[in-house]
Amino acid sequence: MNVIDLSWWQLALTSSLVLALAACTHIAHLGIGKSLLIAAARTAIQLALVGMVLEALFAVGSLHWVALMGLVMLLLAGREVMARQKYRLRGGWSFGIGTLSMFISAFSVTVLTLVVIIGPSPWYEPQYAIPLLGMLLGNTMTGVALGLDRLTESARRSRDIIENRLMLGETWTQACGDFRREAMRAGLMPIINSMAAAGIVSLPGMMTGQILAGSPPALAVKYQILIMFTVAGGTGFGTFAAVAICSRRLFDRRERLRMDRLSN
Amino acid sequence: MASKLHLNRVAIGALEDINLTLAPGEIVCLSGASGAGKSRLLRAIADLESHGGEIRLGEQEQSSIPGHQWRRAVMMVPAESAWWFDTVGEHLDKPMSKALRTLGFSEETSDWPVARLSSGEKQRLALVRALSREPQVLLLDEPTANLDDETTRRAEEWLQSLIREHHQPVLWVAHREDQIRRVARRHFRIEGSQLVERELRE
Repeated sequence: MNVIDLSWWQLALTSSLVLALAACTHIAHLGIGKSLLIAAARTAIQLALVGMVLEALFAVGSLHWVALMGLVMLLLAGREVMARQKYRLRGGWSFGIGTLSMFISAFSVTVLTLVVIIGPSPWYEPQYAIPLLGMLLGNTMTGVALGLDRLTESARRSRDIIENRLMLGETWTQACGDFRREAMRAGLMPIINSMAAAGIVSLPGMMTGQILAGSPPALAVKYQILIMFTVAGGTGFGTFAAVAICSRRLFDRRERLRMDRLSN
Repeated sequence: MASKLHLNRVAIGALEDINLTLAPGEIVCLSGASGAGKSRLLRAIADLESHGGEIRLGEQEQSSIPGHQWRRAVMMVPAESAWWFDTVGEHLDKPMSKALRTLGFSEETSDWPVARLSSGEKQRLALVRALSREPQVLLLDEPTANLDDETTRRAEEWLQSLIREHHQPVLWVAHREDQIRRVARRHFRIEGSQLVERELRE
């Protein structure tokens, strides 16, 4: 494999693009120049740090450190899910539901893929485990966050409908069934869209990265398909779990709608 | 089939120590200033809000059966009804042609899109919808607030005849004195934290 090495001064040159863009947004009074620059700086710093962590992790390669890394990634994803919701469950439930459903789906799909399909040795080989988990968590996070946000939003918007259905003697699952289905669909749409468009509209980022880094395109494509399928599974099951637990939590033991459990 | 509804030392919001028994087929009217807690009391009886005290239907204690089963028997019709399917008919548990005709509708009303219903139509149809589920107790929150005088009278007579036939106890939140005189066997007014019985003048 012959990869042209990138040096830091070459990256600094590409940053001039971002600087030029920031100057343009400033001239156009868009008011986002500052957040653009901060985001660009965060990209550089965060990725450089992750690179260092990964280098160290690959060198050590023990299960403990891989598991610790996985845990940190999971908790950060849980926090992100919580931050992306407009109305969230009080008392740590929002964070807990996001984290638990991502743990159930993303972790089990990752382990399953590593052990049954890719089969590196040892199975937790960080070169495979960490990127796979990262892709899964990143996408599952989007699905879970979208699903939960849609659910809590429609519970607030359609409170009258849910309560009127309860008054007519419907169970809590009947009363919020439409909204649960809508929320699950919302969580699944992005991955369905990106699977449908893969290779036609866009070349997926991971595959592009592999090809740039010197992998033969045929192999990169196989890995991309693997990732797409595992991401679909992880996102789907994660969204199902999150929406199911969250909707249960919106009702109490007497099947009353408990909007007081949502923050505003 | 028909049972008494008992409220025993019920407390919700500003209301305290509410004791009330509704006999089968009895319409009890409830009035009070806005914000006095009429709707909340109905919600507590329908088990949509937690409350103190005990509520029973016959021998059955509210908390002894699942919430949805209780509400299927003790049914509240809110002041503002909500609609979720496309047509009126999809909301009904069984065809209600006689009820629809009595309230000034026709057979075709079942196919009407709910998006085009006026507030008065919604109010009458919400009553039909609730009664299509054959509840054992009715909790009505200003069920004729959006109706003109003639339609109000028709709805009252229809409800009264149904209640004579099926003997449900009814708790009816009403404002207008003339309506209370026409429909109620007893009338209570919320004053502070208590229900005070009012005399019904002819």
